[in-house]
Amino acid sequence: MSARGGGSAASGVAQPQIIGVDAAPSMLDPAKNVFTGFLEWFGELTLFAWRVAQAALTPPYEFGELIRQLDEVGSKSLPLVALAGAAIGVVLSLESRQSLTRFGAKSMLPAALVYSVVHEIGPIITALVVSGRVGAGIGAELASMKVTEQIDAIEVSAVNPYRLLAATRVAACTLMLPLLTLAADFCGLLMGWVALALVEPLSFHQFITSGFKGSGFSDFLPPTFKTAVFGLIIGLVSCFQGMRTRGGAAGVGRAATSSVVLSSLFVILADVVLVKFIIIFFP
Amino acid sequence: MAITKQIGIQSVADEERTVPAIAVENVHKSFGRQCVLDGVSLAVSRGETLAVLGRSGTGKSVLLRLIVGLEVPDSGFVRMHGQDIAGLSLDRLGEIRNKVGFLFQHAALYDSLTVEQNVAFPLQHHASGMSAAAQRDRVCRLLAEVGMGGHQGKMPSDISGGMQKRVGLARALALEPDILLLDEPTAGLDPISSSEIDDLVLKLQSEHHMASIVVTHDLHSAKTIADRLILLDKGKVVIEGSFKELQSSDDAFVMRFLKHSQESVCPERQG
Repeated sequence: MSARGGGSAASGVAQPQIIGVDAAPSMLDPAKNVFTGFLEWFGELTLFAWRVAQAALTPPYEFGELIRQLDEVGSKSLPLVALAGAAIGVVLSLESRQSLTRFGAKSMLPAALVYSVVHEIGPIITALVVSGRVGAGIGAELASMKVTEQIDAIEVSAVNPYRLLAATRVAACTLMLPLLTLAADFCGLLMGWVALALVEPLSFHQFITSGFKGSGFSDFLPPTFKTAVFGLIIGLVSCFQGMRTRGGAAGVGRAATSSVVLSSLFVILADVVLVKFIIIFFP
Repeated sequence: MAITKQIGIQSVADEERTVPAIAVENVHKSFGRQCVLDGVSLAVSRGETLAVLGRSGTGKSVLLRLIVGLEVPDSGFVRMHGQDIAGLSLDRLGEIRNKVGFLFQHAALYDSLTVEQNVAFPLQHHASGMSAAAQRDRVCRLLAEVGMGGHQGKMPSDISGGMQKRVGLARALALEPDILLLDEPTAGLDPISSSEIDDLVLKLQSEHHMASIVVTHDLHSAKTIADRLILLDKGKVVIEGSFKELQSSDDAFVMRFLKHSQESVCPERQG
């Protein structure tokens, strides 16, 4: 306030002091900073994605590293994804049975289970589990490489780190997510049937026939392959957060956390958009 | 034909003599408001070793990162064999980097790879014409050269800091570079390991005849391995010359630096 008063005196014109005028911009500043920060982050992410795409599409290709990452993302996530899918299948089966019985629609249970698991629960649970396991792993590994100058050493060795580190991980996540989703779907349906069969006699064949009755490929393929987009998001965001890390061990921790949080958040947001697209293009 | 060839060879030799392997010209670099390098110039010819001395935070490591293209100068030029590295395509910069060996302060070994795989890394990516057996032979030879023979299968986390630096040196030499950049090669090492690293650098220097820049705090090490020294303070070159010229300087900062450096060197190192 004193500075403003000084300014007015210097101009020789007595300005009326308006209480609260100073406070308004400072209240908006944090929001403005967050918004600017987000735009900067998003711009850098877009540039990063462009560099990764360029590196991925031009030779030489890092097939050895890609296979290592396919194993890391795919086979090593399989037990966790299968377990999560199975647990969801059991819970969904028990919960749905109770609700559907109440409305006299118990015969719809296999179809409801198949529809929920294949359309939404399988893909999103797989993506969130992979985001937690793989996203944190990629974020922490690359961040640790960054703070110990290993990424600089790769660059000094005239090897493109975007090609060796980022493109392989992003490709592995993109390729593996649909396959992991199939595994989660299968385990969910299998354990959903087991939970149902324990309460009332129903063969697996009957369960599957009744569940998939009236379903076509358009019910099955788009929801499964939309997870490739989830994989792309998880890979890109985690690699980006890892490779831009600064500041020692604390930075590594922050990178791991932000990789999981941001990739999960963007997976959920992408799901909203993709579900709408699927409804429009595969009615 | 023979005359043309002779002239060609002579012109290459002349170029080697006249064009320095590394030339830094009036380079400025700031991070935010902090000015790290303020008009630094230096030149190093093939077969020559330059030591860059200075207090912590005076931009010594930044200077090395600028030379190898990991940072971009705000103004000024960095030339390798006469070629300005600013604005080069990644491929062209890669070709230049293939001729540079870089030892990082903490060795920066790839912690998911064994010692052997670390040294083989540049060969696998840039010596595709070399058979796997020839690559293995070369890795063994390099590791033996730096005194790390027999440690091929170990992980970087299983060896000491001094050993990691040796492996880092072997990796830096894998592609037979003609420029060697060493960032604090003796930092954090005991006096005996430091002396061993100094001896190793001297041996490699005499065998490979590279242009080298050594960034160090260690005055004894600089005196042992460098032909010429420069002292940086607040981003500027305070003095450049031989160790004797540094000793005979009457500049207050140079005198203070030498006094404190000599006090901090343990008796074994002073020899």
